Amino acid sequence: MTLHSVILVAGILFITGFLGVLLRRNTLIVLMSVELMLNAVNLAFVGFSRYNNTMDGAVFVFFIITVAAAEVAVGLAILVALFRRRQTVMLDTINQLKD
Amino acid sequence: MVVGRNPVNGAMFMILSLVGVAGLFVLLNAFFLAVLQILVYAGAVMVLFLFIVMLLDVDVVSKRSPGNLTIAAGTVSVFLLGLGFVALLDRPQMLPEPTLLAPERLPSLETPMAFVTGIQAYGYSLFTKYMLPFQMTGLLLLVAMIGIIVLSKRFENKSV
Repeated sequence: MTLHSVILVAGILFITGFLGVLLRRNTLIVLMSVELMLNAVNLAFVGFSRYNNTMDGAVFVFFIITVAAAEVAVGLAILVALFRRRQTVMLDTINQLKD
Repeated sequence: MVVGRNPVNGAMFMILSLVGVAGLFVLLNAFFLAVLQILVYAGAVMVLFLFIVMLLDVDVVSKRSPGNLTIAAGTVSVFLLGLGFVALLDRPQMLPEPTLLAPERLPSLETPMAFVTGIQAYGYSLFTKYMLPFQMTGLLLLVAMIGIIVLSKRFENKSV
């Protein structure tokens, strides 16, 4: 188990989440992809923290997990409010501000 | 998750990958973070996601045909990441193998606390060096809670 493999896995996870954000039109899937990107960053943080032999990165993961949980809660609340009004969660039909 | 069309299948694969990342945390000796990952992500967050999927009853839909800008952004990002991988794997001596040292007796600002596996190290860092971010996190959770309550409240007799 080397640092390289950890960075490799984190990068693959991050790019998967990024492509999910770019390509999907369901807002729920897009939110899940954002979570996947945050998780990849967490993995890289722990890997580098272990590599540098300091505690700081591992403590920062704690904050990232908290922010991610708060973000999911707020995002899903916004999504439910949106669905109540527009009856859809598809990204390409939510373009009212575009016109 | 990216290529599948059913949101429930995507959520299940998401749980699988989160548990896999927790296993990697265990392999990196960050046991507390692995437990936290399972509890918060795979437990709370994904249950919330699945609940919303069930609540909204999103049906299986076709994929969006991506625009030119999306294709360009995706290509550039994948290319940059591949470039980073090549640069990393090309020179293995750039980042040697991590070694574990014995933890310091009393950590200070000049000699930061070494990477240890115990939970008390997290508490020590949270309440000394990261006191302000810790309190900001509490404030953030409060703001999120109030925001969700306001968002979820039905405003009767009001035209918006």
